[in-house]
Amino acid sequence: MVESRKRELSRIAYQIRRGALDAVYSAASGHPGGSLSIAEILTYLYFEEMNIDPKDPKKADRDRFVLSKGHASPGIYSTLAHRGFFPVEDLKTFRQHDSILQGHPDMKHIPGVDMTSGSLGLGISAACGMALGAKLNGYNNRVWTILGDGESEEGQVWEAAMFAAHYKLDNLCAFIDWNGLQIDGPVAEVMNPAPFEAKFEAFGWNVISIDAHNLDEIEAAVNAAKACKGKPTAIIAKSTKGKGVSYMENNVSWHGAAPKQEQYEQAVAELDAVIASLN
Amino acid sequence: MADKIATREAYGAALAEFGAKYDKLVVLDADLAAATKTGVFKKAFPDRFFDCGIAEGNMMVVAAGLSTAGFIPFASTFAMFAAGRAFEQVRNAIGYPHLNVKIGATHGGISVGEDGATHQCLEDFGTMRTIPGMVVMQPADAVEARAMVEAAIKHDGPCYMRFGRYAVPTLFGDDYKFELGKGIVMADGSDVTLVATGLMVEQALAARELLAADGIKARVINIHTIKPLDADLILKAAADTGAIVTAEEHNIIGGLGSAVCECVAGAKPVPVLRVGVEDQFGRSGKVPPLLEMYGLTAANIAAKAKEAIKLK
Repeated sequence: MVESRKRELSRIAYQIRRGALDAVYSAASGHPGGSLSIAEILTYLYFEEMNIDPKDPKKADRDRFVLSKGHASPGIYSTLAHRGFFPVEDLKTFRQHDSILQGHPDMKHIPGVDMTSGSLGLGISAACGMALGAKLNGYNNRVWTILGDGESEEGQVWEAAMFAAHYKLDNLCAFIDWNGLQIDGPVAEVMNPAPFEAKFEAFGWNVISIDAHNLDEIEAAVNAAKACKGKPTAIIAKSTKGKGVSYMENNVSWHGAAPKQEQYEQAVAELDAVIASLN
Repeated sequence: MADKIATREAYGAALAEFGAKYDKLVVLDADLAAATKTGVFKKAFPDRFFDCGIAEGNMMVVAAGLSTAGFIPFASTFAMFAAGRAFEQVRNAIGYPHLNVKIGATHGGISVGEDGATHQCLEDFGTMRTIPGMVVMQPADAVEARAMVEAAIKHDGPCYMRFGRYAVPTLFGDDYKFELGKGIVMADGSDVTLVATGLMVEQALAARELLAADGIKARVINIHTIKPLDADLILKAAADTGAIVTAEEHNIIGGLGSAVCECVAGAKPVPVLRVGVEDQFGRSGKVPPLLEMYGLTAANIAAKAKEAIKLK
């Protein structure tokens, strides 16, 4: 990727982080940690890769995205807002009773949301159905999903993994946001799902491991996924939970908590400094 | 009309028939295609049939995903695993986003027979009825089952259909017309109304004969759509006859009986007695003695009708 484009996408990723933080702060609740960890992946998909049109969010042959780890809704909402599906200002209505921005993604009311999600383990199955449907329709479109590392403790993830390989859904790609933390603590201590690579390989998937914050690695993995025939691809993306806000990084207490005013101001200062440096 | 046929047989045949007419119709099963009869569709349209293996939760959400790509998926397994095991998937991935998924659940009720309690779903109307926007249906015979499948295809939104394993008599002729959400008055009467669904419609008609011998005139209503319930028809029956007996192959908690009670309680309160499985699990056995054992009989409906009339 050329440096200027990389710099631009990097800036967008930090703007997405800033929007996600604003949403959580306005709501005084929500899930910042796992939203911040997936900002580069969301940025790459929505600003570089996916065939989508904010003016025609339901067009039949579009690429699809399912946020299987639906609690990272501030991340996807901020991405959709910055991509033009709805005003960025609306992020401040997140989780309010009269807002379209539900606590977890709602496909019925939020432009750009392809699948309702939030109940863990379900999104990847929906993505399988979409990928199968894409093949039946002959549109040649692709389906992308992001799973949580903790989410993979759900048995249904592996039912879906079997299904995707069995039906050779090579138009399906699942990122695993391996940030290493879930609500009750380190994933490795709560219920260790590792090793992801060997598990997905054993289930018949093409497996790629990357740094979730490195846009070059994301691009290379996405291109490798698109080039792989006959198998779905799992991209094991090692990430930092809370990435970009110093006190949230690798701190499990920011899985599902909102910052207080002083903390918010510090986070804004940190994110804005990065954004300014990338202008 | 004397031939007996299980509604699951009619379901499989209907899928294969309508598969030719509706090219977006696809069918999913969870390793039970021989039992649910979706295998008939598989044979006719192998490219539009997807076995999901023994993984019902995944199957329901794959169906949800397919529906977002413009398909009309029928997802089939036993009622126990569709409405029980996969309840949360159905609720969150089909019901909440109101997706156009049709759930064809076979082996509903006690008439599963020999497999026993683990496979005799007596709770599905209850769980499915609590999902906003979910249509819940059960046919009384093969003719109604076929018509129900096409009505489900034409309906834009989630539908749960319960079909039976046990062969039942055909009640309807070729002129039968299915209207989603509308009950059918099978026979008129003024003293009491028998509201039945599925194979209990036959029992209700037999109960009407028993009551007639004692000079009691019973109206019989077939409810193929448990949700949305035909409130007008139920309330008219309440007003006209002043007493109701419901009959279903389901726990008396949560099913048709509950739905009828909910309907009349707020608008035209009359005595409602419920014939069904009385808050128990099923057990193994041949179907006729099981129906007898659990009171799912014409005689019990008739006895309950007399009690209900006394409560007027």
